[in-house]
Amino acid sequence: MLDVEKIRGDFPILDRVIGESKLAYLDSANTSQKPRQMVAAVEDHYLHHNANVSRAMHTLGAEATEAFEQARAKVARFIGAQPNEIIFTKNSSEALNLAAYTLGSRLGPDDEVVVSVAEHHSNIVPWQMACERTGATLRWFDVTDEGYFDMDKARDEALINERTKVISVTAMSNVLGIGAPLKQIVAWAPQTAVVIADGAQLVPHQPVNVADLGVDLLTFTGHKMLGPTGIGVLWGKSEVLQSLPPFLGGGEMIEIVKMTGSTYAQPPHRFEAGTPPIAQAVGLGAAVDYLSQIGMDAIADHDHQIIAYALERLREVPGLRILGPTSGDRGSVIAFTLADIHPHDVMQVLDSHGVAVRGGHHCARPLHERLGIQASVRMSAYLYTTKSEIDALIDGLLDTLRFFGASTILGASTPGVPS
Amino acid sequence: MTDLSNLYQDIILDHYKTKHHSGLREPYQVEVTHVNPSCGDELVLRLNCSGDQIVDVSYEALGCSISQASTSILTDLVIGGSVSYFLELNEGFRVMLEGHGTIELDEDTYGDAIAFNGVAQFPARVKCAMLGWAALKDAVIREQAKGEGSD
Repeated sequence: MLDVEKIRGDFPILDRVIGESKLAYLDSANTSQKPRQMVAAVEDHYLHHNANVSRAMHTLGAEATEAFEQARAKVARFIGAQPNEIIFTKNSSEALNLAAYTLGSRLGPDDEVVVSVAEHHSNIVPWQMACERTGATLRWFDVTDEGYFDMDKARDEALINERTKVISVTAMSNVLGIGAPLKQIVAWAPQTAVVIADGAQLVPHQPVNVADLGVDLLTFTGHKMLGPTGIGVLWGKSEVLQSLPPFLGGGEMIEIVKMTGSTYAQPPHRFEAGTPPIAQAVGLGAAVDYLSQIGMDAIADHDHQIIAYALERLREVPGLRILGPTSGDRGSVIAFTLADIHPHDVMQVLDSHGVAVRGGHHCARPLHERLGIQASVRMSAYLYTTKSEIDALIDGLLDTLRFFGASTILGASTPGVPS
Repeated sequence: MTDLSNLYQDIILDHYKTKHHSGLREPYQVEVTHVNPSCGDELVLRLNCSGDQIVDVSYEALGCSISQASTSILTDLVIGGSVSYFLELNEGFRVMLEGHGTIELDEDTYGDAIAFNGVAQFPARVKCAMLGWAALKDAVIREQAKGEGSD
């Protein structure tokens, strides 16, 4: 059990009052809030240890380099990996672009790349671009109406076959609250295919060990796991990273540069051109320390309890449709629609209650189209979320129905909307 | 809650529930599609004009109450009027929305659109309020470009 009140004491922003209401921050899947310990680590770095890394040979340079590489080691330990398998990027999107660009160099017109209709745009568009460049074909997993990967359809279509060179799927959808069946997909993948998991919504919320996931590459981002913005992570199996060409060219990623050509550094530095996000790495290291100290098992349990409570209470709201499974083991997001009321309008009324949620297509337009809707409202929970914040959400939703005259929109007989 | 009723005035909610001039109609000279990429709002708008006269504006929209009501009110204001009058109205509407609540629209000129005075205090919703107006302006520019091309 988490001591949520104690944890909330580390997040001063959670005491904010919005208008006349106490803030209920239910948008952590968008970006998480930040504990003082993380902010203090960034401050301490800038105020006492700041210098460039690797190339600065003086004492401060050595301290900054040490801090940066320590952060890499902490992130590695957090997911059961080796430090030289951790590449720091700007965010998840850049990590996926790095994967798509470098793996794209191997693709040709006979090859196939497989994603899913449930992906975030950042796990669709880089692959579309890679396929456009190389003539490879982009294919995708469909989902069932309930949101599960449609593995029967995939089998019937021979979606995964000997032409499949890359499979890149979400480990946890930012809309559906469930992820791809990674084990099954890894089992289906031919030896020569590289399997990538988008872990942006998984790594912050559950214990992750890359050996158990079974994939070749994993991407995630710092700012969704209590860290700063401007830093993301690409983890890769050593032998896969070794085989990849550079992404961006510049300082730090080289071995020898001659005017006639250059040779490149070993991973991870091969993929980190230019001055990296040093303070951000230090901040992410502190975030990982914070999460590890509390324990990822305890955080996962807490999220699970909050989501189960939210699913139960959301049933009380007339005209509310949940996207993805309505029960069972779910991740830390719940996306839904409310009668015919546009998600922007729902978000606005909730904001007037101090409840912060996201309204829109959550960078997953194809998934929304597949589910027959244009947009949705999404609440998300994290280690500091309380049941009373879920109660505030429910009150806000009932008020939204009243405000937009739900009796007109829902039809005259709308049971259960108190007036 | 006072803030919220500034944003969602009754006029806006009324137009949202009963959209004026909604639906795509023939004939038309230009059809444009505008989207708000952050929320996925989509608007298809057709312009039927004769010289400087706006004969009809028809549309099909998926979107929030603000964007839907704004488009509905826009059609009330401009159908039957001149293109140059629309462009003038459009400029005043845009300047008001970007004024962070410092500018108010004149009721005699803008009619129901004065209900959007409150939207200016919600910068995130300005784009919603402008969707239909920006689409019609785009349609007008395309139609004018055609005329220039054939001269």
